[in-house]
Amino acid sequence: MDQFTLNLIVVGASFALYVGIAIWARAGSTSDFYAASRGVNPIVNGAATAADWMSAASFISMAGLIAFVGYGNSTFLMGWTGGYVLLALLLAPYLRKFGRFTVPDFIGDRFYSQTARLVAVISLLTMSITYVIGQMTGAGVAFSRFLEVPSSTGLYIASTVVFIYAVLGGMKGITYTQLAQYCVLIVAYTIPAIFISLQLTGNPIPQLGLFSTHSDSGLPLLTKLDQVLVELGFHDYTGLHAPQSTFNMVLFTMSLMIGTAGLPHVIIRFFTVPKVSDARLSAGWALVFIALLYTVAPAVGAMARLNIITTIYPHTTETGALDLEQPLAYADRPEWMLNWEQTGLLAFEDKAGDGVIRYYNAANPPAIAVEEGWQGNEIVTFNQDILVLANPEIAQLPGWVIALIAAGGLAAALSTAAGLLLAISSAISHDLLKKMLYPSISERAELLAARISMAFAIALATWLGLNPPGFAAQVVALAFGLAAASLFPAIMMGIFSKKMNSAGAVVGMLVGLLSTVAYIFTYLGIFFIPGTNLLPNTAEYWLFNISPLSFGTVGAILNFIAAYITLALTKPAPQEIQDLVESIRVPRGAAGAQAH
Amino acid sequence: MSDKSAAAYWSANLRVITICMVIWAVVSFGFGIVLRPLISWIPIGGTDLGFWFAQQGSILTFIVLIFYYTWYMNRLDKEFGVDEQ
Repeated sequence: MDQFTLNLIVVGASFALYVGIAIWARAGSTSDFYAASRGVNPIVNGAATAADWMSAASFISMAGLIAFVGYGNSTFLMGWTGGYVLLALLLAPYLRKFGRFTVPDFIGDRFYSQTARLVAVISLLTMSITYVIGQMTGAGVAFSRFLEVPSSTGLYIASTVVFIYAVLGGMKGITYTQLAQYCVLIVAYTIPAIFISLQLTGNPIPQLGLFSTHSDSGLPLLTKLDQVLVELGFHDYTGLHAPQSTFNMVLFTMSLMIGTAGLPHVIIRFFTVPKVSDARLSAGWALVFIALLYTVAPAVGAMARLNIITTIYPHTTETGALDLEQPLAYADRPEWMLNWEQTGLLAFEDKAGDGVIRYYNAANPPAIAVEEGWQGNEIVTFNQDILVLANPEIAQLPGWVIALIAAGGLAAALSTAAGLLLAISSAISHDLLKKMLYPSISERAELLAARISMAFAIALATWLGLNPPGFAAQVVALAFGLAAASLFPAIMMGIFSKKMNSAGAVVGMLVGLLSTVAYIFTYLGIFFIPGTNLLPNTAEYWLFNISPLSFGTVGAILNFIAAYITLALTKPAPQEIQDLVESIRVPRGAAGAQAH
Repeated sequence: MSDKSAAAYWSANLRVITICMVIWAVVSFGFGIVLRPLISWIPIGGTDLGFWFAQQGSILTFIVLIFYYTWYMNRLDKEFGVDEQ
């Protein structure tokens, strides 16, 4: 059976599973649709949260992101996991106790203000819509690579599948498909990782293999990797190198952490568990399931990078260094290289015309390259996504593992897209329609409205996926920046500061939102349009050396300061609101809130 | 629940949150980034301890922290009679 048929069978089977779950888990009420009737087991919710959270970028790109920078990009690992500690300790249990369906619903009721609700809805829609674009394009790309259809066709198929289970089942359908999607993606990610770890270090556990001995050289794997990279003129793997600095690493990690904790599509997952204590427990399980991928990713990154280099330079000198004089002949390259050259993710150009592959850092060439007058680095395209996508082929695993990677990448993209679409549609049908425009709407009509807005959200996401705005790559920074600077501080103050009033929350959110958008646009362009940036995006122009990607932390601090200054100048929250805050601080009575 | 025991419950909660957050910050921003040079004399698998904390150790500590907090709060909820029946 050829690879294409195999991919088709595995991906088709996974889709059939998702649709089957959708039919089984139909939503009968708004409580089903928004919060799966708050009946989800905390471990199941943990796995669903992990799938909801881990996007196409986590699955396909993260290992490469770390592999090509090394230590400096550990920020992603710490930032995207540390946020769950904030969720478990500071937000999730109290939001669950409050017992609403959406994040703007909490902000609107706690700050007794429709303005606060509206600001929260606007931030939610901005960040969720920008975030969903990446998922839809990711699904389209995965389709086109593995199933040989145009990415637009892939996008239509992906949208149809999401449509079936999200419109039919709402949160209930999404939860159980996310559980299935988690299983698919983690198996797909782990199998190739185990084999590459075995091949390189003899240790089947990648997390341990990363710190074990490299079988071929007898040196520790990371020492070997540092050595070969330096030999080729790249900077070493384990050190910190410009343009990264300790300061921006701290700030960026912090922004990712508080951004993660403030993302509405993650927060709403904690509304689905029966009890407050389940919300805490569920955050722990979510992190366990996320860590299964996030602790493997740095191992995959380091091992794949070393593996590729030793494939290109298969010979070593007497001292154990790479023999740069005997690189791989282009004609002898392994089949996976050939396969991925066809996709354009890997490209070789024989600049010297000698039929061998010379891979090195042309900006800082090794001595031999200067002496022998090499013509430049000949691997002209080396897309970071290859490290995960080609991993099964590099490790010479059977075809069904390659097919699993296809299904896993799609599972990661679809599960995140569905979570985001639910956050978008519930903000429209519940917050805008039910709570602001048309409060007398019946339960049945609201459920219908929720389904219609879900359908619209999917149509919008599909359209944006087909016509991605030029700024698609930058939007993740914006989404995290906004979540960190607007929603996280507002929710936290709503719980931890009894006196915080509506004026403080509104002013704080606006200051956080606007300062972050202004700072990002100053360096990355207004609406990310190239050429409209007011200042060049380089360290010497950054305010106090703060990278625009790390600004979410500063925006959050400004939000807190502005809110407390406003509070000092105005009357504190009324007594009944302060009593309400008292009541959300204790778990007892959470079950009663289900009826709301 | 009386106002007095509500206040005691909340301050016990804030105390355990603070302790957990200090550990959260020390393993990630501390050992993983800022304090890495200070603990670089401890070797681990071809590199130093700070690198391990940045790519593995901080994540594992986060997991332990959340489960510890969950366990601690379940006990505290019962002690103050505010657990869910």
